[in-house]
Amino acid sequence: MYPANFDYKRPATVDEAVALLAQHGDAAKLLAGGHSLIPAMKLRLAQPKVVVDIGRISTLSYIREAGGKLAIGAMTTHQEIAASRLLQDKCPLLPETASHIGDVQVRNKGTIGGSLAHADPAADYPATILALDAEIEVAGPNGRRTIRAGDFFVDLLQTAIAANELITEIRVPVTAKTVAYVKTEQKASGFALAGVAAVISPSGVRVGVTGIAAKAYRATGVEQALKGQMTANAIALAATHAADGVEPLSDIHASAEYRAHLAQVNTRRALERAVSRG
Amino acid sequence: MPIPVRLRVNNTPREHTIEPRVLLVHYLRDHCNLTGTHVGCETGICGACTVLVDGKAVKSCTVFAVQADGSDVTTIEGLATNGHLHPVQQGFWDRHGLQCGYCTPGMIMASVHLLATGAAGSREAIAEGLRGNLCRCTGYSHIIDAVQNAQQAANAEVARA
Repeated sequence: MYPANFDYKRPATVDEAVALLAQHGDAAKLLAGGHSLIPAMKLRLAQPKVVVDIGRISTLSYIREAGGKLAIGAMTTHQEIAASRLLQDKCPLLPETASHIGDVQVRNKGTIGGSLAHADPAADYPATILALDAEIEVAGPNGRRTIRAGDFFVDLLQTAIAANELITEIRVPVTAKTVAYVKTEQKASGFALAGVAAVISPSGVRVGVTGIAAKAYRATGVEQALKGQMTANAIALAATHAADGVEPLSDIHASAEYRAHLAQVNTRRALERAVSRG
Repeated sequence: MPIPVRLRVNNTPREHTIEPRVLLVHYLRDHCNLTGTHVGCETGICGACTVLVDGKAVKSCTVFAVQADGSDVTTIEGLATNGHLHPVQQGFWDRHGLQCGYCTPGMIMASVHLLATGAAGSREAIAEGLRGNLCRCTGYSHIIDAVQNAQQAANAEVARA
């Protein structure tokens, strides 16, 4: 399976990448680890005239603590996130989620920026990014701007990133250990049929859900129903609201009813596991 | 437009002018004539095309050769030295870790990476580490035996040294 021909550009800096996007407009696609774009190109669902490979921009690969948050460069691989001691210590939900993505080879190549920009409805990070209320920084011709996680996912494979922008950094808060990511996966690909991320903090509970609908969402019905009660009964009752107000996807792997059911079960399990880590 | 790509494959410098759309697996097979790396599912799932790029296991059907420009690539052909099988190859030989053999090069490269990263400590860890490699003969049990064999051989080597 050969993709259609394209011109290949490999900018060394973010500014060069932004300039290439400005120059080529819609004809260009950004290539990070390639594990979303290349399969789409092989099926010729994507046929960009120009591929801008940002995978080698070394200044976009880091994990560090800054201003009371944890900052992760967009080209940091899933493996680097899964193995990060700093993240395991200060924001354990992110490495836990990363360790569930695909397999070893996929995690060695795929990047957090690439995954978020692709916005696959069954990707793992979106649930976690929402539950952490993360910030996504993008660079464009007018400089940098920050998008809140809640505003980031727009629709199936669509985000709030403009065509002339690229993700540079993801910022997540320092959290307690009372977090968990629980998913039921499609066995061959490892993609989530239903992935639920839960964050329990003094300021409240946040639940992110992926794999169920056209885009990942915050299960606000669950969060409100809990009202700070974290007993087994309260969790079980609240979890029944995990798919409220969403239209579940239906495909060869799982019907809409099954997905909605899995959302509820995995929400309960994620909340129980997060509580147990307190 | 074809562009130059320079990399080292099994410690041998290679230089070709290729179309950027050439996938690493096709580059290795068709341009370097190294056909040990297999094309399986072509969708990044089966792992038959696994090679090491700068020491890390990747699925070469989901990487453009130009992305590996400047890198060190190791394929199944690069494991044996002076006619001696790599401990993982020897493990597959000794423990009958293959049946039809189609998945074997990918299994072995993924296993080499697993041992190098210290992630082969138990049967469960090996199974998790090889979840990106599918064997249609379903010979998984012997494959795990083979990796454990290689791990023990490596440990014995360290003990002797």
